[in-house]
Amino acid sequence: MPKVQYTDDKGLKMMENMNIAFASGKGGTGKTTIAVNLAYFLARSGQHVQYLDCDVEEPNGHIFLKPKIDKSTPANVLVPVIDQDKCTSCGECSSHCQFNALVTLPNNVLLFPELCHGCGLCIHICPERAIRDGDREIGLIEKGTATEGIDFIHGILNVGEPMAGPLIHEVKHHYKENCIRIIDAPPGTSCPVVKTIFDADVVVMVTEPTPFGLHDLKIAVSVAKNLGRPIGIVINRQNGEFPPLEEYLSKNDLPVIMALPEDREIARHYSTGDIILESLPVYAERFTELALNIGRLSGKT
Amino acid sequence: MINIKEMVVVSGKGGTGKTSLTGALSFLFRNKVIADCDVDAANLHMILNLDKVLLTKEFFGGKKARIAPERCTDCGKCRDVCMYDAISEDFVVDLVSCEGCGACHFLCPAGAVDFDERLSGYCYICSTGDNGRFVFAEMIPGEENSGKLVAMVRNEAREEAAKTGHELILIDGPPGIGCPVISSLTGTHLAVIVTEPTPTGAHDLKRIVELTNHFQIKTAVAVNKSDINASYAREAQQFCKDNSLVYLGDIPYEPKITEAQKEAKTILDFAPQCGASGAIREIHTKLQSILEEL
Repeated sequence: MPKVQYTDDKGLKMMENMNIAFASGKGGTGKTTIAVNLAYFLARSGQHVQYLDCDVEEPNGHIFLKPKIDKSTPANVLVPVIDQDKCTSCGECSSHCQFNALVTLPNNVLLFPELCHGCGLCIHICPERAIRDGDREIGLIEKGTATEGIDFIHGILNVGEPMAGPLIHEVKHHYKENCIRIIDAPPGTSCPVVKTIFDADVVVMVTEPTPFGLHDLKIAVSVAKNLGRPIGIVINRQNGEFPPLEEYLSKNDLPVIMALPEDREIARHYSTGDIILESLPVYAERFTELALNIGRLSGKT
Repeated sequence: MINIKEMVVVSGKGGTGKTSLTGALSFLFRNKVIADCDVDAANLHMILNLDKVLLTKEFFGGKKARIAPERCTDCGKCRDVCMYDAISEDFVVDLVSCEGCGACHFLCPAGAVDFDERLSGYCYICSTGDNGRFVFAEMIPGEENSGKLVAMVRNEAREEAAKTGHELILIDGPPGIGCPVISSLTGTHLAVIVTEPTPTGAHDLKRIVELTNHFQIKTAVAVNKSDINASYAREAQQFCKDNSLVYLGDIPYEPKITEAQKEAKTILDFAPQCGASGAIREIHTKLQSILEEL
């Protein structure tokens, strides 16, 4: 295998403590592929890197980064515990609950834990002080060290659990200082994405040059813009021209910070769980450019 | 009274081909209502032969707190009770962090917190060229409660089915396994999972199958882009066998699917003779007999 020339550009060092989030709107455009390869590239270039997988519904980064997990902790949210002896079925708790998680019956109060957002309002509002706070497990946080010394963390949402938000919040509690932080967001454009990218220094939007890709990119871009985040575009699986995408990007002053071609070799390596840069070092130069572009976009380099 | 059956296409992993398959199936099934429950990033309307939007409905996803500075006494009670750190030191509510629980509103001693319903999206009821109905929705970007909007889309679809006498509701689901997916799955009669033969596809397939099992929904699996990696494709087939899931068949990788999308058509409309179209016709036949037996 040819030796890869990794950059020793001082610009990379300046990216320390940056949060780089990867989003897309549409699923399957290559967020995780680009995120894990950038993490690998930065680590190989001598930077301290933390990889945070916030796609807690379907986390996939570990398949490529192959971390050795050394700590696994359950993630809990607050849930009300009702003392049925003290409860008078007055209905204050259920009438105030905005999430319909409580139902008052003639002789007791029923809780639907999967609807509860853990706000604690019922605890404050109960005139009989019959409600106290308890814990409910919604998923798992796993931490470890991945290839090239990358500090790895992800959240795994319990199957059947609807609420991804609090688990994403929990993953982000583990920010490590003096690292470049690579944050993989879930697909979509609603609250889980907002919770993932709201504090990003740069949001990298990975898109594909198709009508579906463009349609969803536009929504995702408006989310990031509303949050005031700088945006860079990565066009994945580029195959000839797709004028509607090019027109949209130029009209909205969105910079293309990397393009990867439709390449059967990339698809083949992806389908075996390989890091592209490990198997196809020819792409290292593009990741150098990507990293430096992200640094410039953040205004930090 | 007609017996309405709901069939939902899901995947766990995004980008495996849910919408392309749903679009193609909608070309083959007769007498159906189609519903797009991927309310974050709805795409199905882009390839369907839509006639017109019959009705647009507003969606209110929930409330958000707003502190009125002229009534606020800076006592700090709201900051104490907020579980989401959504209130700044100078008493401004961050709308991104606010979950809309109302704790600050109900507990503020000065009554300084307003708590108003917010417009979070729209739901559209459309007619299709073949006299069917299509329901889809759009969230206002960044808004919350996509699960509730999914429930609205499904309710509207059921009403349309009852009105028009159509017995099948064909649902295009969102990716993932969380709130909007659960809302798309609950109470349906058949889940069709579209997977792809890759390590990530295999990983996510297991989790979405756990979810359909959790809700005890009959589950069938189709392997899209099956020729990318033959060994993972066989593994998916074996996985179906081991878990008593219906294996619907393989769909070969077909670049024409992107071409069809650019022409705003389903693959069956655009290239009826290609390998993928043939495979989808076979899947349709199998689905028809499963639905009849339900």
